[in-house]
Amino acid sequence: MKGLFGHKEHLVRVGALFMAGVAAFLVLQALMIPKGFGAYGHYRPGAMDDSRARPLAYAGRAACVECHSDVWEVLQKGKHAHVRCEGCHGPLARHAEDPSAGKALKPDPKVLCARCHQESVARPASFPQVDVAGHSGGEVCTSCHKAHDPLEQGAAR
Amino acid sequence: MSDERTLRREFLFRSGGFLLLTGAAGIAWDALASGEPEKAPNYRTTDHWWAMVIDVEKCIGCGNCVRACKEENDVPREPMYFRTWVERYHVPGGDIEHPQVDSPNGGYDGFPERYRKDDGSKSFFVPKMCNHCAESPCVQVCPVGATFVTPDGVVLVDKTYCLGCRYCVQACPYGCRFIDPRTRTVDKCSLCYHRITRGLTTACCEVCPTGARMLGDLKNPKDPIHEFLRTHQVQVLKPQMATHSKAFYNGLDGSVR
Amino acid sequence: METVLQGVQGYIYPNEVELQWSLLIVLYPFITGLVAGAFILASLERVFRVEAVKPTYRLALLTALAFLLVAPLPLQLHLGHPERSLEMYLTPHTSSAMAMFGFVYLWYLMAVLLLEIWLDYRREIVELARSRRGPLGLAYKALTLGSFDVTQEALSADERASFVVTLIGIPSAFLLHGYVGFIFGSVKANPWWSTPMMPIVFLFSAIVSGIAAVMLLYMATTRLRGHEIDMRCVDTIARYLFYAFVVDFSLEMLDLIHRIYEADESFRTLDFMVKTQLYLPHIVVQIVLGTLLPLGLLAMTQLVALTERARRGVYATAGLLTMVGIFAMRWNVVIGGQLFSKSYLGYTTYKLEFATQEGLLVAVALLILPFLILWGLVRLLPPWAESGDATEARPAA
Repeated sequence: MKGLFGHKEHLVRVGALFMAGVAAFLVLQALMIPKGFGAYGHYRPGAMDDSRARPLAYAGRAACVECHSDVWEVLQKGKHAHVRCEGCHGPLARHAEDPSAGKALKPDPKVLCARCHQESVARPASFPQVDVAGHSGGEVCTSCHKAHDPLEQGAAR
Repeated sequence: MSDERTLRREFLFRSGGFLLLTGAAGIAWDALASGEPEKAPNYRTTDHWWAMVIDVEKCIGCGNCVRACKEENDVPREPMYFRTWVERYHVPGGDIEHPQVDSPNGGYDGFPERYRKDDGSKSFFVPKMCNHCAESPCVQVCPVGATFVTPDGVVLVDKTYCLGCRYCVQACPYGCRFIDPRTRTVDKCSLCYHRITRGLTTACCEVCPTGARMLGDLKNPKDPIHEFLRTHQVQVLKPQMATHSKAFYNGLDGSVR
Repeated sequence: METVLQGVQGYIYPNEVELQWSLLIVLYPFITGLVAGAFILASLERVFRVEAVKPTYRLALLTALAFLLVAPLPLQLHLGHPERSLEMYLTPHTSSAMAMFGFVYLWYLMAVLLLEIWLDYRREIVELARSRRGPLGLAYKALTLGSFDVTQEALSADERASFVVTLIGIPSAFLLHGYVGFIFGSVKANPWWSTPMMPIVFLFSAIVSGIAAVMLLYMATTRLRGHEIDMRCVDTIARYLFYAFVVDFSLEMLDLIHRIYEADESFRTLDFMVKTQLYLPHIVVQIVLGTLLPLGLLAMTQLVALTERARRGVYATAGLLTMVGIFAMRWNVVIGGQLFSKSYLGYTTYKLEFATQEGLLVAVALLILPFLILWGLVRLLPPWAESGDATEARPAA
């Protein structure tokens, strides 16, 4: 063994050590890379599934209409047709899943209506907005407006 | 069995089978279109290329989107972590280089009135979110591949892989990323990936009362986004960054940052 | 909520309230800069045959190693999940400067610095392996890699190999710290960072800080050992420090003038920041105290004949000011780059804490640690011969 590389033996040893290190690293890398990594790009494909696995909080209007088609009938005809249910009633996926489990809250009209319709300089001029306090004279909005059909015949005019 | 009967039987089986399958496919497609997740399991990423249209002319700053997003995606309520937020711009005298901008708690509780009418200025709301850039700088700088663009165009975060080095937060020109203090990893708008892959729309679009936010699928020829992009003057934020952002803004003023 | 928003001026994107990269990330380029700079000084002797700085050769290498070993620590402490940091080696994203830097670091540590030190110290290692007993003896034996050949031929082979390693080492050192500069300079979203000059500015300021550090360490350790400081050595180092500093300062001024002249969309925001929040760290500490003053002092030693004692005093002062100035430069780049909003409409503040994972206490500890390691290394591999003069124990080439 001695004298194989003459006086450069120690240099060869250090070189071999280095190579061994690189080899060990490559083995480690092969063993520890997450399964499927790189299949679609530089990431773990399981991450897409992880992102898809999140539970729903909002059910989506279609789910509401399944049971509450009567409300949908009213909504369709009025000015709030494009306002989806959960925009006012909050997240209802649990309720849609099991109606007895999570009850839908009836939003407080004193707070809800003004949130969109309180007049503001920054709101587009074409959007229906009023100075709520002056307009209502202290009355709650629903005393004149039906939430699902706010400008129904004869109302608030 | 006679040949005739065999043929008839075969015909019945085949046509019956065909009708059944078509019917099933039809139901599945309807389910997908109307957003009934359980009945539409066949989501193929390569069939979609997601984008978002934000119509500044329609936003009323109600904050529904901010609240819904936090609810749907379990975003920390306090103090300042947002997957989406709304900004209010007030441009005095048309000086687009010096807008006054505010976003009180990201618009979560709406906007207290601050500006007067007829003061020679213009004001408007601008919703912000992850732009799901096709050439995303945040993806480029991630050292390990914990953030990436999916084949259907959504930029996601792999929470089990993220180191929390925050390089991507630095690299995002739009300020849409943050560190979730609970997981100590990065978080950001995922375009409600768990919803859109089930045929639903994003939480923010679901609750937007004016249609200021519209999810779009650029690969779907029937998607209204194509018509919209064709008929409106749209822009992206910070186009000079060449991130190929897929959040298209209609009515974007020059003062918007 | 109110406390979080304290110090916010104007409009910032809501997610920008807290800074992402803290004092530890300021510390990191400072430390790696010292590594690169110390190594460049060592290579002055080895490759460019500047004989005068020979007394500092080994000390410079050991200093580089001590700091290089500490360098990953601020990063680990900063990560949200340090236990996942191996991922950077398992699945490095080749488009990420941060990921590729992991390999540059590893390369530099293994193939350059450790190899260089081993080659230079091999004779002593063999001697100590033969003479020492106990665990220390075992350590030395392990370091010999089983080869006890210290004949003239073997040592000549070492010398040649060492030359090659240093030759590779110089661009590697440039890469090591240039990369850190690139990590910042390539972020197009941040106008304070985004410039092609960043790697170069970082590198030259690293060289300046490294040279100053070795000069100070040499003077301090020589004094502590009760020996005479080799003035020819120190004068030469100071001269190189001066040259490097002139280049570094010119580069920084070029960047500044360029920014002021072009005055792009970010200029007003940055200008305001420099004149207000960054006034103390940038104008006062980095530029006046940390650059102009030491440059003036060093220039003075080149132009005016001073006594040895006076020169030592000037060098020590200039060296310390330089270190402070370069640290301030890192602070101004890292922290400064996060104080303004990407909306260019507002600013936030950096709330430095004291006893937290990324607080002041940890930063100070991380700055002290390399000196402790250096002390250990000096004990293990003495850079100077026992008998008096601080010359290295290599035979002349």
